[in-house]
Amino acid sequence: MALPTYATPLERLWYYAFRVICVLIFIFLIAPVLVVIPLSFNAEPYFTFTPKMLALDPEGYSLRWYDALLTLGMPAPDGVRDSAWWAQAWETSTWIRAAKNSIIIGFWSTILATVLGTLAALGLSRPEMPYRRLIMAILISPMIVPIIIIATGLFFFYSNPCAPLAIVGIEAQCGRLTSTYLGVILAHATLGIPFVIITVTATLSGFDQSLTRAAASLGANPRVTFFKVILPLILPGVISGALFAFVTSFDEVVAVLFIAGPEQQTIPRQMWNGIREAISPAILAVATILVIISILLLATVELLRRRSERLRGVSPH
Amino acid sequence: MADTAPIAAAPLTTADGRPLAEALVAAQARSRRRAFLLVVPLLLFMILSFILPIGQMLHRSIYHDGFSSNAPGVSAWFAANPQGTEPDEAAFAALVEDLRTMQANRTAGEAGTRINYVLPESRSLFTKAAREAKDLQPPYREALLALDPKWGDPVLWEAMRASASPYTFDFYIVATDFERAGDGSIVRVTENRQIYVYLFIKTFLLSGLITLICLVIGFPVAHLLATLPMAKANLLMILVLLPFWTSLLVRTTSWMALLQGEGVINDLLVWIGAISQEGRLRMINNQTGTIIVMTHILLPFMILPLYSVMRVIPPSYARAARSLGATSWTTFRRIYLPQTLPGIGAGALLVFILAVGYYITPALVGGADGQLISNLIDFHMDKSNWSLAAALSAMLLVGVLVLYWLYDRLIGIDNLKLG
Repeated sequence: MALPTYATPLERLWYYAFRVICVLIFIFLIAPVLVVIPLSFNAEPYFTFTPKMLALDPEGYSLRWYDALLTLGMPAPDGVRDSAWWAQAWETSTWIRAAKNSIIIGFWSTILATVLGTLAALGLSRPEMPYRRLIMAILISPMIVPIIIIATGLFFFYSNPCAPLAIVGIEAQCGRLTSTYLGVILAHATLGIPFVIITVTATLSGFDQSLTRAAASLGANPRVTFFKVILPLILPGVISGALFAFVTSFDEVVAVLFIAGPEQQTIPRQMWNGIREAISPAILAVATILVIISILLLATVELLRRRSERLRGVSPH
Repeated sequence: MADTAPIAAAPLTTADGRPLAEALVAAQARSRRRAFLLVVPLLLFMILSFILPIGQMLHRSIYHDGFSSNAPGVSAWFAANPQGTEPDEAAFAALVEDLRTMQANRTAGEAGTRINYVLPESRSLFTKAAREAKDLQPPYREALLALDPKWGDPVLWEAMRASASPYTFDFYIVATDFERAGDGSIVRVTENRQIYVYLFIKTFLLSGLITLICLVIGFPVAHLLATLPMAKANLLMILVLLPFWTSLLVRTTSWMALLQGEGVINDLLVWIGAISQEGRLRMINNQTGTIIVMTHILLPFMILPLYSVMRVIPPSYARAARSLGATSWTTFRRIYLPQTLPGIGAGALLVFILAVGYYITPALVGGADGQLISNLIDFHMDKSNWSLAAALSAMLLVGVLVLYWLYDRLIGIDNLKLG
């Protein structure tokens, strides 16, 4: 967007003003993400830059909030940091337990969402798929329906999953799903499915269907065709979808608030506690770690997107 | 060519002798079935984990058996006597009998809660009367009235009549700021109790405002990204995508650090002398906080659709307009802006839909006046007013689904893109 030679002085002024406005908007976008990083090294329990930090005095910075993350919830946080101490931290530290829960729940819900979502996307991208539009609308809706409605629905449903059988006249009481890992995993898989569907159908839209016919004509059955021809080509899209699903689960707090018990406390749930009750800069330390994770995830997805475009022979844009 | 003419005259068949048209229909049906079978597992999963739970929850908004199941006697009397009948001694006797059963089963609270929805502060009336019920002597009308004159209130009897059937629209009446009067008619509640409609309107207005701000600040950025060379645009795109990938709670937390009274922005403003130490701005735990943080969180949802539309607008149109004598403003207004409309529609609808149902951000930074309808649903869930929460959810859901349908009509769900 170079300035044309026939531009009037006013247009020249606007051209530079426009750039300045855009820079300001970019600062608005990115500053809140980055500001937590230096703040998390604050030596004082404040949420702002202390004079010592601004003077770049090393005394103004410390790792105390990262240390606080480790020791919170430990019965005996003081003492020598030997292997026994670390073993204790691994078992009892509140944040480490939350991280473990987040990873377990994120992992299984991602697997579930990706497998079911990829299969469905394969069906949806076939031109002969009946009721395509309606089914697509249903599958994307968890992204659109307000999370509070999904969470309250699941809260009632999970307290007695057999209750809907009353429609067919069976009054049954079966096990609860509230306060179970399975319950949270199923809920998070539901929330992740739209992202898998969107990314995988987008990848499949550039997929050359004659390749599957070629495979079939050469004697491959549908299973072999899928694993040898389709999957390698759409894998970047599937992995992107899986990453989206994982991030959705990793960041989800409302469903966890409604249906999880004390055993299933995740990182966002713990942050929610931290923000609502005793807010301490330890939250900023967690936030910093999460920002670094999201930078890594974004880099991965970008690389996958470019690889996928190369594989399918689509030039970038 | 001469060989094919006689074959064309006979009906076409496949190698095994079936008519071709028939075989083709069968093959197409088979491939439709195959495509559908691939979707079936996920569809079943979604019905179980999404549609059924929401449907069951919505059922609660029209079903509440707290009174009808615990007060069978009075319910039977209501069924036998038409609306407007003055409650006679038989009605009071049935009521006292029901109260005695409630006391034995400890369900007076349940029944009272149901009445409480329609007539606030009547729960204690039931629990108290149930405690005394076994000592009451006929005539029961006088006995109950001696206990509390409210028992003679026709509004209370109307509320009980309405609650005698488990199926009811009472929760929708409450959720739209109406109530039942003594003669069974439905009237608006007094002005100071009209909270639900007000909050719905406020939610939609705030969402509209946030959408507008997102459009105003997203448009220039999308335009810049769309007109820069690819390599530069990709680099700057990271600045849009990074917030998109960052945890919502992280972004909310950092906004708290930035906006609070002793936070970074106020410190900066004091330092440059724009405001005094006492004049620190209140930018969080109020409506301003909700607007700022939600704008930041939803901005990528505006920029991405705008960008994908602007990217493919050929720059030659604008150049042609300029060469024909249009000023740069006219070129923008008459040539460029109309071509970006699909992007504006997609981005604005998406941001609006997501904003209407927002919960986390208002709950954390909204304070008292920055709460949205989702937060009120949560409040009623917390207070175990489940049916009312369900009615409010149903109304919100209908609003969102209408917008979703509109999105599908105008833009098409297939065109939803992420990054």
